[in-house]
Amino acid sequence: MFRLRRFLKDYKLQLIIGPICKLIEAVFELFIPLVTADIIDNGVKNQDVGYVLQKGALMLLLGALGLGFALVCQKSASIASQGFGTKVRNAMFRHINTFSHSELDRLGTPSLITRMTNDVNQLQLAVAMLIRLVIRAPFLVIGALIMAMTIDLKLSLIFFGAALLIGLVLFIVMTRSVPFFRKIQKKLDRISLISRENLSGNRVIRAFDRQESDEARFDEKNDELSHTAVTVGRLSALLNPLTYIIAQAAIIGIVWFGSRFVSDGVLLQGQIIALVNYMTQILLAMIVVSNLVVIFTKASASAARVNEVFDTRPTVVENETEAQEDEAAPCIAFENVSFRYPGSGNALKEISFTVNRGETIGIIGGTGSGKSTLVSLIPRFYDATEGRILVNGADVRDYTFRCLRGKIGLVPQTAALFAGTIRENMRWGKKDATDKEIKKALKISQSYEFVSQLPEKLDKKITAGGKNLSGGQRQRLTIARALVGEPEILILDDSASALDFATDAALRKALHEETKDMTVLMVSQRVGTVRYADRILVLDKGELAGMGTHNELFDHCGVYREICLSQLKAEEVRNP
Amino acid sequence: MKQKKKGTVKRILRYAFPYRKSMICAMLFALLYVVLNLTAPVLIGLAIDKAVGQGNVDFAAVSQLLLMTAVTVLGGAVFQWLMGLCINTVSYCTVRDMRREVFRKFNSVPLRYIDGHPHGDLISRIINDADAVGDGLLQGITQLFSGIIMIVCTLAFMLMLNGWIALVVVVITPLSMFVAAFITRLSQKQFKEQSETQGELSAYINEYVGQQKLVKAFGYEDEVQERFEEINGRLYVCGKKSQFYSSLANPSTRFVNGIVTTAVCITGAISVINHTLTVGQISAFITYANQYTKPFNEVTGVIPQLQSALAGAERVFALLDEPDQEPDPETPVVPEHCQGKLDIENVSFSYTPEKKLITNFNLHVRPGSRIAIVGPTGCGKTTLINLLMRFYDVNEGNIRIDGNSIYDMRREDVRSLYGMVLQESWLYHATVFENISYGKPDATLDEVKQAARSAFIDHFIERMPQSYDTVISEDGANLSQGQRQLLCIARVMLCDPPMLILDEATSSIDTRTELKIQEAFNNMMKGRTSFIVAHRLSTIKEADVILVMKDGNIIEQGNHQKLMSLQGFYYRLYNSQFASST
Repeated sequence: MFRLRRFLKDYKLQLIIGPICKLIEAVFELFIPLVTADIIDNGVKNQDVGYVLQKGALMLLLGALGLGFALVCQKSASIASQGFGTKVRNAMFRHINTFSHSELDRLGTPSLITRMTNDVNQLQLAVAMLIRLVIRAPFLVIGALIMAMTIDLKLSLIFFGAALLIGLVLFIVMTRSVPFFRKIQKKLDRISLISRENLSGNRVIRAFDRQESDEARFDEKNDELSHTAVTVGRLSALLNPLTYIIAQAAIIGIVWFGSRFVSDGVLLQGQIIALVNYMTQILLAMIVVSNLVVIFTKASASAARVNEVFDTRPTVVENETEAQEDEAAPCIAFENVSFRYPGSGNALKEISFTVNRGETIGIIGGTGSGKSTLVSLIPRFYDATEGRILVNGADVRDYTFRCLRGKIGLVPQTAALFAGTIRENMRWGKKDATDKEIKKALKISQSYEFVSQLPEKLDKKITAGGKNLSGGQRQRLTIARALVGEPEILILDDSASALDFATDAALRKALHEETKDMTVLMVSQRVGTVRYADRILVLDKGELAGMGTHNELFDHCGVYREICLSQLKAEEVRNP
Repeated sequence: MKQKKKGTVKRILRYAFPYRKSMICAMLFALLYVVLNLTAPVLIGLAIDKAVGQGNVDFAAVSQLLLMTAVTVLGGAVFQWLMGLCINTVSYCTVRDMRREVFRKFNSVPLRYIDGHPHGDLISRIINDADAVGDGLLQGITQLFSGIIMIVCTLAFMLMLNGWIALVVVVITPLSMFVAAFITRLSQKQFKEQSETQGELSAYINEYVGQQKLVKAFGYEDEVQERFEEINGRLYVCGKKSQFYSSLANPSTRFVNGIVTTAVCITGAISVINHTLTVGQISAFITYANQYTKPFNEVTGVIPQLQSALAGAERVFALLDEPDQEPDPETPVVPEHCQGKLDIENVSFSYTPEKKLITNFNLHVRPGSRIAIVGPTGCGKTTLINLLMRFYDVNEGNIRIDGNSIYDMRREDVRSLYGMVLQESWLYHATVFENISYGKPDATLDEVKQAARSAFIDHFIERMPQSYDTVISEDGANLSQGQRQLLCIARVMLCDPPMLILDEATSSIDTRTELKIQEAFNNMMKGRTSFIVAHRLSTIKEADVILVMKDGNIIEQGNHQKLMSLQGFYYRLYNSQFASST
């Protein structure tokens, strides 16, 4: 938790002023019972109304000053804690941006969101409490103890006993209930999971008529949750009555022994009242302490989750200097490349091939054959486990990210767009793209027609993920986005799967005609998509099963032949 | 508005009604606890009065009073504890019941509702809103209740002790309420803004971290960070304000308490000088004054909690008030041995009244025939499936299976006639075995293995760590898209239904496996009426009937030859497939 203190360094002033002001307020507060005792023991005893009023005014003054100091403290706390949280979030987001896919897969987006929101909020609260209460509450307890000692040393022993006992009760109840809180959070996650599954699979559940078993599954977890909640509730319900008993027992003790001392003439009646007030103050402060314990336990758990993000080092590290490119070298070359995802077998095994500038390469293979993995290695979403990949004759690891990825236009498997206008989305490919450049890309990607039919045209607002467009429209726009920057290398990662075959064909034709110098890698499951490529790479279980033109592969590559025959009729398989 | 709130509160109380015994006990215990809690300071005050000064202490009376105090304190503590237990039971059980009902509702609303609402929002109702009701309202109500009892009793005790001082306290305390109300109003706007900005931030993280690959591919990290810091900066400003305003409440009310204590001290001291009050009574009064102002603070503190609870309850009730789907007929027709004859008669359907989709659609399917549905992306192919399986009801016309209207049957009977493999393969967090046997829970391991074999997924399953007992992770993330779909196919194969609906089922499966699956499907489709949403030409050509859909409407139907000879939309669609070969 303390490692995160670096984010507090701009708030040193608030961190010092806040607690000091709070301390001053607490000092004033401690004086009030003394003044009360003074009023009774001197004012009342001497029948001096003037004295009583004078002391009363002092009490008001102390209160008002206390309020002023408290406000300064609250202001410091809100500035420091919110500022701290904001800085942590910015740093986390920046750090997450450096992660490669291996790290993101491991942590998961939903978990990153809760870490950046709930967990940071928890830490913010802890910082605020640190300033507001961490000094005040113990100070009040200790102060009340000291004040009690100044009144009567022997009676103050009761205070020590009571404070220790209350502390013990707090400690026991807290340590017992914290694990339960964690359990409750987990069970709540489970309920949320079952609900999500039910909603996303509602058609399937209804189709198989499994509503009842689904409800039973939910009820079981729901009952477990309420059971745990009731159990922990039973435990925390003990806290208040127990502290109450201890504090009241102490008060009884004070009066009992106090009355003896009064009788012996070593204590005044008003001092007993002051002692009783101090005891009440200790009780209240101890309750605050118990809340603090809860807040800091939660915060330390959150800090661990936040630090886990900061401790995750990106596995793909950027080179800082530019690579030496070689105009004469092939555009892309794989040299004995193997790749393995952490904790599983080889996804790619010793792949070697070269692609020349301007070539169109089809990549085909079954599910899990490594097609998408292969193309992910070129823009360095992952680094090859063995071997190396060259772009324009230079190792991809020698490029800066900006330079390497600037050469590549990528169309991912899932057609994702971002919230914003179509124009804004298109400018992802090139930050200062003109409407003319955008229109050209839209035309090639076969999306110009539907975009120009929209009333808002390029200013059409797209909702997050592109949910207000059909799957095919989305996919065509993602292709256009990649084309806007006129990249050297275009990677289509199974990007035509949501297109009907007519659009798919028109798209390929336009790509072929309009982008002569572009090197195109086209991943697909459909023979129809890749058959007219200059060359086709055939992948089978992570290995290169063949490379060549459609007709060559059909004659010589068994795997390819099988794929063709599963999709096409015998009379259709030959290219003209 | 007020009326609506009242209705919501009443309705929440109705959920608590089964636990009314605990509720009544809680109230009773609260009353006893408060009374005993208030008696203790009186007894202490009386005891202090017995210790006037040197040699002037009535020890017998002191010990007697202290003994009484001890009993009172113990009683108070016990009742406070019991009250806590009762409230716990009521609130957690009520929330549990509410959640249960919401979950039941997910299964009984028309699918139209689930399709039309973001799932995150519905989940938030079952989790967060239900929690808000439990935390806020039930505990809020008890706090309100014990607070009011506390105020009334304290007032009564103070009046008994001394009317004038009590009057002073009564006059000053509304100040505390006024201050608290002012602060609440001040901070509420900021709170709302804060939670909205926080929502914006979450959505932003969700969108951009989820699509990290694209951010990287386009080198957009800096821009994305800039936008993030902008939203985060706004969150800082309103977070700072809302935190400051809401933290004003505590010191301000403490200041008001200070005023009350001072007033009590002064008037009390003057009263003692005038011999209308004893010193011990001042002690009791100060304690009371504190106790009297405390519930006011608590009550004002509970208000935001109550408001969020009411808002949560309203969202939960809005969901529960959604009309259920039409109930099944009381005397349903039960299909005996299904032939697979299907008649669609004059069917019209649209999702929204403004946009007509299918109008006057007729189709007569002979048992065992194959119907391919084709058309460009987004042409509404899934609409037809929605109607066939009664996920949605037609606006006009009828659909008959073997001559029986599907509206005369129970939904579950209609659906059990179809085996369905949807575009998005749905698996749940359970073992492979449980997922395959989903449609037939009493299936044996051998049957499941057989189904897995016919779906060509058996080898893969056997290579998994615990084979058929391997638990599929949340969202099936440990499987590839193709493997998930194969599992769904195995699930259907196990059920062996008389009719099939295949929705682009094979689009992302390994092409070689697909060939084998095609064979398995061909075997399964023999003698079974099947609807296939297809992209692949061979499937389309072999179909008995091709339905050509465009913009949600069925524009052409017939077999391949017939449609080609029409030279219409299908003809163009078919020919364009060879566009690139020229």
